[in-house]
Amino acid sequence: MTSPGDAANGPADRDSSRRASYEFHPSESGDLRIELAGKIDVSTAPALRTEIQNAVGSNTGGAVVIDLGRVSHLDDFGALLISELRQQAEADGRGFSLIQVPENVERILALVHFDDESVCRPLPKKERPNIVVRLGRATIGQTFDTQYTISFLGSAVLALLTVLVRPRSLRWGETLTQMEKTGVDALPIVGLISFLLGLVMAFTSALQLEQFGANIYVASLVALAMVSELGPIMTAIIVAGRSGSAFAAELGSMRISEEIDALFIMGFRPTLFLAAPRIVAAMIVVPLLTLFSDLFAIAGGLMVGVTMLDLTPHSYISQTMKTLTLFEVMWGLMKSMVFAAVVSWVGCLRGFQTRGGAAGVGNAATSAVVSAIFLIILFDSVFAVIRSYW
Amino acid sequence: MSRDPIIQVDRLVARYGDDTILEDVSFTVDRGEVFVVIGASGCGKSTLMRHMLGLDRPFSGQVKINGIDIHRCSDEQFRRTLRSIGVLFQNSALFGSMTLAENVALPILEYTRLPPGSIDQLIRMKLCMVELSGFEGHLPSEISGGMKKRAGLARAMALNPEILFLDEPTSGLDPVISAEIDQLIRHINQSLGATMVIVTHDLGSIMNIADRAVMLDKEHKGIIAEGDPRTLRDSADNPDVRRFFRREAKNESLAR
Repeated sequence: MTSPGDAANGPADRDSSRRASYEFHPSESGDLRIELAGKIDVSTAPALRTEIQNAVGSNTGGAVVIDLGRVSHLDDFGALLISELRQQAEADGRGFSLIQVPENVERILALVHFDDESVCRPLPKKERPNIVVRLGRATIGQTFDTQYTISFLGSAVLALLTVLVRPRSLRWGETLTQMEKTGVDALPIVGLISFLLGLVMAFTSALQLEQFGANIYVASLVALAMVSELGPIMTAIIVAGRSGSAFAAELGSMRISEEIDALFIMGFRPTLFLAAPRIVAAMIVVPLLTLFSDLFAIAGGLMVGVTMLDLTPHSYISQTMKTLTLFEVMWGLMKSMVFAAVVSWVGCLRGFQTRGGAAGVGNAATSAVVSAIFLIILFDSVFAVIRSYW
Repeated sequence: MSRDPIIQVDRLVARYGDDTILEDVSFTVDRGEVFVVIGASGCGKSTLMRHMLGLDRPFSGQVKINGIDIHRCSDEQFRRTLRSIGVLFQNSALFGSMTLAENVALPILEYTRLPPGSIDQLIRMKLCMVELSGFEGHLPSEISGGMKKRAGLARAMALNPEILFLDEPTSGLDPVISAEIDQLIRHINQSLGATMVIVTHDLGSIMNIADRAVMLDKEHKGIIAEGDPRTLRDSADNPDVRRFFRREAKNESLAR
């Protein structure tokens, strides 16, 4: 910060006689009179503060008397300087007083409640609550969270049932928009990632299968792995990253700007109004995306098969058709529909749970993606178990 | 009183795309005064303020703060000019992830060298000035609208700027709290000597705090009245100005 002599670009350098200065006047009685003069403000006080405090610290004796008679201007940074001198004096058991306080300085001191014990004295440090209290609070918070999650699950299921019974209760325009955002707009990235995935899978498996002369089974491997496992999972993860987070962020912003409360007051059911179109849209488009994902991956495998493994496109495709059964394809699509429901549901849940401000919205989006990916994997394991006992 | 202009707005033209919001607006704000920009909703008050702060670029014309043309000066000069400005935004713009104390401390930590203990105490003084002592640890989402305005004011005043811009400091607040904020603005103006530029359409607060006012109008895209608001109320020639100050409806058939 600037020293008193070169107060930068404030009004001070237009009028040099108003620069801040101080003088010490020790008296015979042992009291120390400090005379402040000029502008004691944001540009000068921080530098003055250290100098004066050091000087007062090295002087021992009677009371500290601050003479403000020649102060032309003082702001709260100046008030801080005086208040800290008072603390220093009190800590050393010395008296403290202000003399010749001009009217404008008095106004400032009143404005900052200079004589109020709770303001201008250091606060005692707040104690952190002990571990039992914190554990208790965390448990209570977690309980309420779980309770909300369950009730939101219930209201989402109810909303979907309502849609089934009375399809007109769903906002179809909004649902179409969401289908476009979740499905159509995601197609390029889903296609590209799946194509590359098919390419990589075919390439890696070819290295092994070639040793047995089993090149043709590359087609079976890519098709089966993609249709029953990777297609649904990859698509769901991409949708979680693109749309689950978007749902959470959008609904979260609506929550903190009270738009959801406004809907509720107008007699709408927020879950039916906001969550249902998103969940329904996702459940319709994600299986379609998965189908595209399967096709692109097979195309990727085909490319490796034809260019590197000396297979003809015809033999690759017929091997693929031979491997896949309708049941396998439908099983994959059914899984992806469940994943879609889970991803969009948890996105909406995090949106509705948002509290606080901008940071809350960010947390909601993060948490939506993390929970969605976890739930996708969890449900996939459940499906695997079901499949093994079929 | 001799005039000492601190802000000069000269032939300012503001456009968003093809929409002209302000056409050829000129006025000056004097050091130490409480200057109020008034006008009906949608007349360009906030646009004018955004241009005065350098947030939007004017189509033509200039805004000078302390003699520096803020739209054409170097970045360095602009940054230095910004340090003499404090702004209270319309919805306070407090950072939601920080407590009130941290919000106010942010500029102080950046621009001054004070030890943490002193800053704590300074912040308690600042919050106490705006009657918020005891709320240091609260988050903006935990306090009421009026308190947010006051906390925003405390943050705007963190470095005791020469000029304070206040965008609708009393909008959406009850009359008692509005009056308290008016009083606070007056106090700060008198004791710290800050120049205040206030955008508002709160009649009560205009009468209570303004030294001088300009009134903007949507159709004229500029200033239709300038002067002491009390004089404007009592003896303005323009019927729109009189209507504004007397709170009368434009359409007589609706009045009954």
